[in-house]
Amino acid sequence: MSGVLASMIDGLLVGAVYGLAAMGLSLIWGVMDVINLTHGAMIALGMFCMYLLFAATGINAYLLLLPTIGVGLLLGLAVYWMAVHWVVGRSMLMSLLSTFAVNMMVIGIGTAVWSTSPYNVNFVLPGITIGAYTFTGNHMAAAISAVVIALALQLFLYHTRTGKAIRAVADNREAAELMGISSTAVLSIAFAIGIALACTSGALVSTLFPFTILSGGVYQLKSFVVTILAGLGKPFGALVAGVLLGLLEGVVTPFIAVSWIPLIEFGLFVVVLVAFPQGIFGKRVTA
Amino acid sequence: MILRRPFFWIILLVTVGFIYAPLHGNNVSLREDLILIAIAIILASNLNLMIGYTGYVNFGHIVFYGLGGYVGLYLTTARGWNLVLSALVAGVVVSVCAFLFGLAILRLRGAYFALATIGILQAVQAFVSNFDPWGRSTGMYLSFNSYQSLGGARHALWITYFLIIAVMTLSMIVSLVIKNSKFGLGLFAIREDEDAAVVLGVNATVYKAIIYSVSAFLPAVAGALMFFKNGMIDPSIAFEYMLSLEGIVMLMLGGQGSVIGAALGGALYERLRSYLLTSPILSNFHLVIAGGLLLMVVLFAPGGLIGWVYRLVPRARKVIE
Repeated sequence: MSGVLASMIDGLLVGAVYGLAAMGLSLIWGVMDVINLTHGAMIALGMFCMYLLFAATGINAYLLLLPTIGVGLLLGLAVYWMAVHWVVGRSMLMSLLSTFAVNMMVIGIGTAVWSTSPYNVNFVLPGITIGAYTFTGNHMAAAISAVVIALALQLFLYHTRTGKAIRAVADNREAAELMGISSTAVLSIAFAIGIALACTSGALVSTLFPFTILSGGVYQLKSFVVTILAGLGKPFGALVAGVLLGLLEGVVTPFIAVSWIPLIEFGLFVVVLVAFPQGIFGKRVTA
Repeated sequence: MILRRPFFWIILLVTVGFIYAPLHGNNVSLREDLILIAIAIILASNLNLMIGYTGYVNFGHIVFYGLGGYVGLYLTTARGWNLVLSALVAGVVVSVCAFLFGLAILRLRGAYFALATIGILQAVQAFVSNFDPWGRSTGMYLSFNSYQSLGGARHALWITYFLIIAVMTLSMIVSLVIKNSKFGLGLFAIREDEDAAVVLGVNATVYKAIIYSVSAFLPAVAGALMFFKNGMIDPSIAFEYMLSLEGIVMLMLGGQGSVIGAALGGALYERLRSYLLTSPILSNFHLVIAGGLLLMVVLFAPGGLIGWVYRLVPRARKVIE
């Protein structure tokens, strides 16, 4: 029984990282109605960013999150102006396909540079041992970092002018423009933040598990599940839903093979979409 | 009637070309090139039924091809059935699966549906990788005896080739027939405005489930034939996510919603890919180039190649559909 408990705590910690990744997806989706299919690729780039920074400096990997956030913001701006700006407001198909095209390019370049063999960040924090179980320091540090970043985002969105502008544009873009908000600037900032969150969560994952350039896809699926679970445009809800998903994985992993997990997650995804289209934290809105 | 459509005869002409070219001089390497083109055309044409006709993006279209391959290879190898029968049964089984999936996920619209298709692909792959009778993640191999009933390996490969060409022709004809039918008009109405279509009496739920299931049939048959030809299958080859995605590139490149567009896009993209993969410098970058192409098409020419032709020569719509 205590084995399950340990596995649950582990899942809880990893879940915070899932939540952080999903916040990026949810923010972009909520603000500009674009489903960002570069999400997985950006998570993977975050992993490799961390790998390269750590290989170059060798300092505490969790300090390297700050430069990773910077890289993510720049990447986000680049992707926004390359592929997203021109399709915002056009049909969903177009934004799906254009972000997806960027995804292919990133994966293609990544495969050419790093091949698809696994890498890992060789950084270990001391853990805590309770009885027969050890909780690794990395898991705890990653979860704490994720929560701190999530709180920072929450503060930014609710207590700064730019953050409020982002929420205003998400609510009603035209009205926001009439109030003198430059929606283009706001959209590009929101997109950059979304990508930065994806990169950061990738960087956190890279300190926990080995990864390849294709690993992002797995976390992209998890992010979709979490976003749907939380309901759109609720970044903080995404963190909670992420923790829930992690918890669920923690509960089931002692009993079934890990390779079944995509099946369970997908089942959850469809059930939630069909039964709670507004997310489990969302209000029922009459159309 | 379908026979009065000039494009129908163009399709038949292309088929004759596909059959005659490699037979003339027993050109096996040409045959192998053409088989890849035919598979690309099959995938793109059937994907067109979803994306181009109905307006629903399917990111996991390859799941039908892979499942068809699995069912087909299982029947020919473990059960000793003959090839044509197993391929047909594979098609039917996969279509039924697709219909059932469709009833579940086609309640979702637009982007949500697109996301669910990614989920379907990953879920099916996870299932097959854990499924004992199909060899889990190591997959299955064809027993060499299966070739004997078709008159030896050399003969069997030619027969499979002709069958795949037949599936290719059928894919285009099905696209053409649906495009010119009342059913097709219903699909177009769903694409333009699903709510309005429902109000006007199109049973959107049934239409969508049917077209989803139809778009599964021929790719599944093609998968059964192709993996029989290759002699082996495993989850990573059968459910190759990249191929699923490249199908979308083919379709957008040629022009979604058009029969010839899908076919042309499939053929051109496949040639381009073969060229890139064999070129020593560019082989690592074929995804980058494919992605770049897709981005260009989406941003600058949403109608694809055929949309451009239509704009240039409006009368062309009547002949090439």
